[in-house]
Amino acid sequence: MSDASYLPHEFQYSSARHQAETAIAGMWLFLATEMLFFGALFLSWVYSRHWNQAGFDAGAQQTNLTIGTVNTAILVASSFVYSAGLAFIEVGNKRRLIQCCAVAWMLGLAFLILKFGVEWHDDFHKHLFPGPHFAITGALGGGARLFFIFYFVGTALHGVHMIGGLVLVGWVILRARRGEFSPGYHTPVAAVGLYWSFVDMVWIVLYPLIYLVGRGP
Amino acid sequence: MSAVEVEAGTVKGSYLTDGVTLRSWLLTTDHKRIALLYLGSITLFFFVGGAAAALIRYNLITPQGMIASAETYNRIFTVHGVVMVWFFLIPAVPVTLGNFIVPLMLGARDLAFPKLNLASWYLFVIAGAVVLYSLFVGGVDTGWTFYTPLSSNYARGHVVLTVVGIFIAGFSSIATGLNFIVTIHRLRAPGMTWYRMPVFLWSLYATSVILVLATPVLAMTLLLLAFERIFGIGVFDPALGGDPLLFQHLFWFYSHPAVYVMILPGFGVVSEIIPAFSRKSLFGYKFVVWCSISIAVISFLVWGHHMFVAGTSLYSALVFSILSYMVAVPSAIKVFNWIGTMHKGFIHFDAPMLYALGFIGLFTVGGLTGLFVAALAADVHLTQTYFVVAHFHYVMVGGMVSAFFAGLHYWWPKITGRMYPEMWGRAGALIIFIGFNLTFFPQFILGYLGMPRRYHSYPPEFAVLNVLSSAGATILAVGYLLPLAYLTWSLFRGERAPANPWRATGLEWMTPSPPPTVNFISTPIVTEEPYSYPPPESVQRHV
Amino acid sequence: MSLWLPEASTTAPEIDHLIIALVLISCVVLALVFGLMLLYMFKYRAGSDVDRGALADKTWRLETAWTVATLVAFFGLFVWGANLYVRLFQPPADALKIYIIAKQWMWKVEHAGGQREIDAVHFPVGRPIQLVMTSEDVIHDFSVPAFRIKYDVLPGRYETLWFHSDRPGTYHLFCTQFCGTDHAHMIGDIVAMPQAEYQKWLERNGTGETLAEAGKTLFMRYGCSGCHGGNGAGGNQSGSTVRAPPLAGLYGSPVTLADGRVVTADDRYIRDCILTPDTQRVASYPPVMPSFSGQIGEEDLLDIISYIKSLAPEKPL
Repeated sequence: MSDASYLPHEFQYSSARHQAETAIAGMWLFLATEMLFFGALFLSWVYSRHWNQAGFDAGAQQTNLTIGTVNTAILVASSFVYSAGLAFIEVGNKRRLIQCCAVAWMLGLAFLILKFGVEWHDDFHKHLFPGPHFAITGALGGGARLFFIFYFVGTALHGVHMIGGLVLVGWVILRARRGEFSPGYHTPVAAVGLYWSFVDMVWIVLYPLIYLVGRGP
Repeated sequence: MSAVEVEAGTVKGSYLTDGVTLRSWLLTTDHKRIALLYLGSITLFFFVGGAAAALIRYNLITPQGMIASAETYNRIFTVHGVVMVWFFLIPAVPVTLGNFIVPLMLGARDLAFPKLNLASWYLFVIAGAVVLYSLFVGGVDTGWTFYTPLSSNYARGHVVLTVVGIFIAGFSSIATGLNFIVTIHRLRAPGMTWYRMPVFLWSLYATSVILVLATPVLAMTLLLLAFERIFGIGVFDPALGGDPLLFQHLFWFYSHPAVYVMILPGFGVVSEIIPAFSRKSLFGYKFVVWCSISIAVISFLVWGHHMFVAGTSLYSALVFSILSYMVAVPSAIKVFNWIGTMHKGFIHFDAPMLYALGFIGLFTVGGLTGLFVAALAADVHLTQTYFVVAHFHYVMVGGMVSAFFAGLHYWWPKITGRMYPEMWGRAGALIIFIGFNLTFFPQFILGYLGMPRRYHSYPPEFAVLNVLSSAGATILAVGYLLPLAYLTWSLFRGERAPANPWRATGLEWMTPSPPPTVNFISTPIVTEEPYSYPPPESVQRHV
Repeated sequence: MSLWLPEASTTAPEIDHLIIALVLISCVVLALVFGLMLLYMFKYRAGSDVDRGALADKTWRLETAWTVATLVAFFGLFVWGANLYVRLFQPPADALKIYIIAKQWMWKVEHAGGQREIDAVHFPVGRPIQLVMTSEDVIHDFSVPAFRIKYDVLPGRYETLWFHSDRPGTYHLFCTQFCGTDHAHMIGDIVAMPQAEYQKWLERNGTGETLAEAGKTLFMRYGCSGCHGGNGAGGNQSGSTVRAPPLAGLYGSPVTLADGRVVTADDRYIRDCILTPDTQRVASYPPVMPSFSGQIGEEDLLDIISYIKSLAPEKPL
């Protein structure tokens, strides 16, 4: 029985369930604000591309499609595994919850290593960072430069959110190990899961903007 | 506790005495204490912004400018705008009156996320500290609107520092808005359906929706501006393939809804006060409610009216002009409804009512002049002049600040357990009304005659009107200092307040003044419509 | 103190009429609002025992009525303002062009005949004048209150406004987009002169070289003639090995771009071709024109564009 009126709750709520539902509502609303935040970036990206199409395409062709695609698979898998963990705790399997969260965490870390340790490192090596020695010159240089501005700003902001996500998932693992979650109470697991999936969603929009658009035959 | 003790409203056993250490205040999660923490910060920023305003009016007394350096003047009007917009107007009513009253009015014991509430205050304070620091080390000279490429490539002040401060303040706004939306959805007392909520709650709900949806766009805009300035990324620089107009679109996409964030809570306050002091139910409650919601929605669709001469297309100008007229309609309806409330009421002229009546008058002038600038061809002449300056000061200062004071006086007994001295309250309201008109009305004329805004010095033919305006500003300053004095005095010497000194409806009046920490000893149950004052004819029969 | 602003352009009276109408409407509304408030404050004050009677029923009728009335009034104002605005920003075809380059903190003005001024614009009354404006740095705004006209001046592009004055005199020119330290000093005079006096002014202030003549020199110096041919005859002639579009008679004619769009070759188009040629690829020509972005200043650009404008077609039509 999920109502479980014996469960403690904050004094302004009428029951633990009331509090849990409210917490989830709060997380959804927070994610709405994040959508507007990234939305403004995507809008600026699309707008700038409209005026610099050829340059943006030239820039996009220099991105590493392999790493980008592998990373997408990693993130989607990570979200999936985390959700499995949530399903497990809903039926009381604390051990599987911890295992799933740990796998999701490591997949997230793998993404960060591939993205910043390998891909960004390569990008700098190939002089794709829009600094004084930018690799693409000539008529398309300006647009390509702008493309890479959005690339670095977008992936950096996404990365910051991923790191935040890793902290949150780590916190869930610690609390789970202390036995704080049960079928009657696992709100933090669900809330963090929403956030983690959202960070995934942001990448789903970034991926085509970076790797696919402009890379036509 | 007996009924007599509740009426007398003793301070013993209230939220004010529940913990007397500094720690109990700085680490509180009680929405009422957080509201007071905010009130202190807001007051500080109001006077910082006000000092800047005083310097502006002082400078404009002579055509050459009393302040020798134009650069200094430019930094002063920038700090005036930044501090007043982000550290006073946007937060003021929601974080002070909203934080205090929303749970009480809902019949709840606190907001949905009390710790988030405290965090939002700390974010606000940190943000303010960053901006004050940036002011200390020289300030910034771009105007509060930070147009590129001036702010990204040419300005010599501390753009990034100021922008970081505003960025942090944005998170404080988002946290507050999020908290209010969830609280209003989830923590209403039993029996309080949506249509039994007082309009103040609907207004704060609409405000909060704008806050959570618009502020993130500002965050991204400021981030891109900071990157442009630090790294020269070029998103707003035409020489690098960027577009300075993109900045304007992004900036105004937030900043226009932001002005409705400023005024909607004021509408809410006035919608509480007019019925209470007319002892009559609010006229057209459902219309007023849906006007608030429609203002919130349409406010997102009018940002382009700041750009009629900016380089956008004729088509976009047409679309934004018609939408701007649409957004004015719900505000007009509210004014008619407030007047309808007064009709056949029993009107009392206590300070809150005087401020509220002043609001209606001044806001109407401000709103009407909005029609001037929404008219495309008229805007071409009037935009970027003192006409616009007068327009927005009428709605923001004549409107919003009056509403803030109205609410502060109205709920002062509930918040502090003390009455303010009524005669001084009325004097303050009157002085503010007179001083305000003397300050800002001449500016409409100045603007029509062509005096541009943000000018350190001006052609001599504008001198007389400027002097008139500055003279009015001294009276206005007195009007603002007066409440600071007598409200502070009342904290120590004011008459003790009963639970419901105004005999108003609303759950917040059903608990002692000041309330206990848990707000209500037992959860109230709502069975009546809001503003359920007896109909006038039944009152008259008893008189 | 003057409360009067001259109506020095042909459109100024129309704008004043709109503003006066708005003032009148505002006065009526304010009289209603203040009047009713004061009336009720007196009549229905708590102590008065005037008979209040029953409250109206079905108030939604009243609500609907004043909502509809407001909507109708606002729509009328919108149409009026929009109609005037559209006419305000459609310059007549025969307007005399004057070129404005704004920079912190001055207005550089160039006339087609090569006359230059700073912080002043002399022009003849009795015919429409079109300003073609750009900025060398930040966004400025060219504003003449006496003409009731203003428009932002942006870096990297041309904006225009037009006016027609029949009233000789000197009027204020203001910068009305905050542009930095000396924004308040970026002011000048705009001087309307009778035709004859304007001619004399032109002669007195000539530099000996029109913009087009200066532009011809630059056209050679920057190597444009290398591909476009001397006199802009086009590539594959005059010894050029590159196929480049002919420029004679280009100005004002339609151009088919590589993506199928047809645009008119105006000042903006020619400027974009010089600075960002890859955004203006012309149909059936190879995309080999180099970009001159960052190499040619705004004044030189105006000279070159003036030269290209002056090129007559090779064969008479």
